[in-house]
Amino acid sequence: MRDLTLLIVDDLSAGYGGPPVIRDVTFALEPGERVAVLGPNGGGKSTLFRVLLGELTASAGTIAGPPRFAYVPQTERSRLDYPVTALDVALMGTLASRRWWLPVGRHERHRALAALDRVGLHEQADAMFGELSGGQRQRVLAARALVQDAPVFLLDEPFSGVDVTSAELLSSLLDELAAEGRGLLIATHDLDQATRWDAVLCLNGRAIAFGPPQETLTLDVLEQTYGGAIVTLPGRALGILPAHHHDD
Amino acid sequence: MHALVHPFGETFMQLALLELVFLGVVGAVVGCWILYYELAYSAESLAHALFPGLVGAALLGLPLLVGGAAGVAGAAAAVAIVRRVPTIGADTSVAVVITSLFGLGVLLALSSATPPGLDALLFGDLLGVTRNDVVASGLLAAVVGVLLLALYRPLLLVGFDRTTARAFGARPLLVDLALLGLIAVAIVIGVRALGNLLVLALLVGPAATARLFVQRMPRMMAMAVSVAIAVSFAGLYLSYYANVAAGAAVAAITVGVYLLAMAVRATTAAVGGPSGRAHLHRHRRRLRRRPRPSHEGA
Repeated sequence: MRDLTLLIVDDLSAGYGGPPVIRDVTFALEPGERVAVLGPNGGGKSTLFRVLLGELTASAGTIAGPPRFAYVPQTERSRLDYPVTALDVALMGTLASRRWWLPVGRHERHRALAALDRVGLHEQADAMFGELSGGQRQRVLAARALVQDAPVFLLDEPFSGVDVTSAELLSSLLDELAAEGRGLLIATHDLDQATRWDAVLCLNGRAIAFGPPQETLTLDVLEQTYGGAIVTLPGRALGILPAHHHDD
Repeated sequence: MHALVHPFGETFMQLALLELVFLGVVGAVVGCWILYYELAYSAESLAHALFPGLVGAALLGLPLLVGGAAGVAGAAAAVAIVRRVPTIGADTSVAVVITSLFGLGVLLALSSATPPGLDALLFGDLLGVTRNDVVASGLLAAVVGVLLLALYRPLLLVGFDRTTARAFGARPLLVDLALLGLIAVAIVIGVRALGNLLVLALLVGPAATARLFVQRMPRMMAMAVSVAIAVSFAGLYLSYYANVAAGAAVAAITVGVYLLAMAVRATTAAVGGPSGRAHLHRHRRRLRRRPRPSHEGA
């Protein structure tokens, strides 16, 4: 069944000209899998995504994956003063699938509206993006990724700064996408959530571990991944000291 | 009514109006992108940097577009070279090159050995545009218009978030270059009418005015075009009846309209404003949609 694997990353290293920010990263993503990418800020989660998206060139290693990914960037990066509606943003997901010089057609508009409907924002299609709540904006970005309609989704901290309703909606959307047979790579700070998914990839400059959460998230791995930021919470659950979410 | 129609009985006024309309339509749409790409100052620098190219083309009898292109290429090369001088920073190198090139252009245009009329490139000669000028502007405006339509989706995407635009199929560097190219052509169209010093008024002014009142890009572009056409008429009337320089009149009215719009916006914002009212309207709609609580026993 190896030929069905959606994404194979082998011994990948990459950086920004200096020493590599990530090295020795190896993992595979199968259809229907939700893989959490864990690591501290600066651990290389966003760098890994940038290499996969083709924005950065790998200095070593190989990537075998689909030609395009569906991508949900961190919502903090979006401009709030920009003259676009939720629908305009969702329609941006059609750029690669329809020749760039053509205006959007009825088919694209229909797809974008369906995607907004799926994230519960059909009514807000004409609302200005900057006037939506943080959670709603994140859902619009998710709708844009749905419009991209790719076999693999990359989500960069989709739950950070999101209200409870939006978080629940996004969480069940991820489950649905996995059930459709798509592969999901989700950068997150939420260990608890990661334990409910299919695999975890722990990054801290290099790949610390990769595998099913129950077997992989040992105290040793967590300490190597998060260093001093790891704490034992009452009731012996493990937690991570809160971090500000910025670019890795 | 006669006072409104009368000026446009004259051919030179009709040509001036057509020239302004071509510039206004293209300039207003380009201007919306200039604002959201935060390129207003770059556009001003671009206008100055390509000036010696325009003067050179006029002296050699070549089309202004050729001179403009050569001017831009020369300026880019000069910035790249001056940047390599270790004692001059990147920022300073741009300032040094732009002022040097503009000075060179002005020197050429106003030299006593230069044939008369080239100072029009600096200050514009709106009432002196010929039929050929208008045809050339119309053709350029049509090309820029088509390119702006074609580039709408990539421009919107890159402006929204350039760091992630590649993931959605756009190339930010190419989109930036295309926009700078279109700004340069718009400047070349406008130089004949408003001159190198004032052309930016009609590129940035109408778009900035529209941004105060409308939120979505297509509507902003439509309103900016309307403002550009309105100030063109107003400027020509002012020039005709008050006997002042036409290009300067158009530029002054453009700025005046923007200041007035800001005042109106500030006043309406204080009492709810268009966007405030829109909020209220949406809120009311939401309230109406919600099932009403029953008041049994009340």
